[in-house]
Amino acid sequence: MSGNNKGKLALYWAASCGGCEIAVLAINEKILDVAALFDIVFWPVAVDAKVRDVEKMADGEIDICLFNGGIRTSEQEYMAQLLRQKSKVLVAFGSCAHEGCIPGLANVNNRRQIFKTVYHDTPSTQNPNNIEPQPKTAMPEGELYLPVFYDTLRTLDQTVPVDYYLPGCPPEAERIWDALEAVISGNLPPPGSVIGADTTVCQECPRVRNEKKVKKFYRTWEIIPDETTCLLEQGLLCCGIATRAGCGAKCPKVGSPCIGCYGPNEGVHDYGGRMMAALASMIDSNDPEEIDRIIREGIPDPVGSFYRFSLAGSQLRRSKLSKNGNGSPKRAGEPVAGAK
Amino acid sequence: MPDPKQPNEKQFNPRIVAFMCNWCSYTASDLAGTARIKYSPYVRIIRVMCSGRVDPTLALKAFALGADGVMIAGCHPGDCHYIDQNYKTIRRVTMLRYFLEQMGIEGDRLRLVWASAAEGQHLAESIDQFAADVRQMGPLNWSSNWEENGQRAQALEEIVREHAEAMEVLA
Repeated sequence: MSGNNKGKLALYWAASCGGCEIAVLAINEKILDVAALFDIVFWPVAVDAKVRDVEKMADGEIDICLFNGGIRTSEQEYMAQLLRQKSKVLVAFGSCAHEGCIPGLANVNNRRQIFKTVYHDTPSTQNPNNIEPQPKTAMPEGELYLPVFYDTLRTLDQTVPVDYYLPGCPPEAERIWDALEAVISGNLPPPGSVIGADTTVCQECPRVRNEKKVKKFYRTWEIIPDETTCLLEQGLLCCGIATRAGCGAKCPKVGSPCIGCYGPNEGVHDYGGRMMAALASMIDSNDPEEIDRIIREGIPDPVGSFYRFSLAGSQLRRSKLSKNGNGSPKRAGEPVAGAK
Repeated sequence: MPDPKQPNEKQFNPRIVAFMCNWCSYTASDLAGTARIKYSPYVRIIRVMCSGRVDPTLALKAFALGADGVMIAGCHPGDCHYIDQNYKTIRRVTMLRYFLEQMGIEGDRLRLVWASAAEGQHLAESIDQFAADVRQMGPLNWSSNWEENGQRAQALEEIVREHAEAMEVLA
């Protein structure tokens, strides 16, 4: 590490897709400003620094750590603890670290079901010996270890204390730069804040809103929405009403409903709860049976529709965990080859 | 035969959170009190201005914090103090129950009851019935779903040990 007075920046990824890493580079030439102000001491994607280099650092030596991804394995939990210890400011970067995102949707399953799908059931999988990853494997040269895969994906702040959150899947380049600028200038919001706007996507959306009353919910492939009216009023499940602004309403502007990647707006404690509250309010019926029909026909997957990005960070965090197959009668009791 | 309304350590005593509207159901529970009508002691009543004000977030929070059942009680349809907000309650409860079922929580753990200000007896009976039904379903104990099995702590210890050994080799 150089002996100058530059700050130290670390970036890490846990259970994520890698999109957040690319998003960091989407700030374009400003990455040079970042390099001028910070030594990037740890960034597995781009920099050849090892975990043992981080382990050797003093506590709090890293000025800011941008951590993306949820916590799915023991190794990721260890890295979260290590980077928390070594960093002055730990930022949950992107939707996965903030609220679980798409990897967190697997919380409707458990480890056994995920392994069954991944290592046995997918059509392109050939696994004649029914091999599944095991945490320990004895080899002639000694024991080999793999991280333990958890039943439940956790968000970063369910694992270690987090200073700031940067929402988005991935965060928009302008918001990333805003956050880095805040760190550089020392002009940071109070700890625990989400760095971003405190309005909703609807605020940034140019579509015309009138009274929201629907008799039927549509899926995106069922209708072609008109170009000026609010998508929700046309019966599409647009999540803009509960979602934090910051993206510039990119999706609704091109006729695609907001899917909620920027997470809950300020003051919302449970994203899906607010979506359910709002969507139920706009159903145009007072007849219990008709209401039930409208909901069941229009929303085939409530968890996926309301918690697409936030299941792990929601109040319930996951679906009911049953030892013999998570409550699905089809799978319960079914022997899983290779599983313990 | 023990009184089912008395707490009994030998059986499962459910924890029930009940949101009751200020104008009808909470007044009904008051009436039950002044009329000395006994009802299940397992219910914790929270007064809200209207059943339509009960955001699904509140019911989810109750389940996440350890409630075994959630009751929402309001004015009869057509009687709402705020014109038609209890119809909104019907829609929200329907939506929430549909979601709960996908999460593996029995829809019956969320109950909607209509009780006017004069129906203290009816409300007390509804509470008793719900308490009995939740007892039948058993404990929910939601936070137990978040626990990882014993391998987790051991695996973390092993990583620390392994890395420490690797550092010694390198040094």
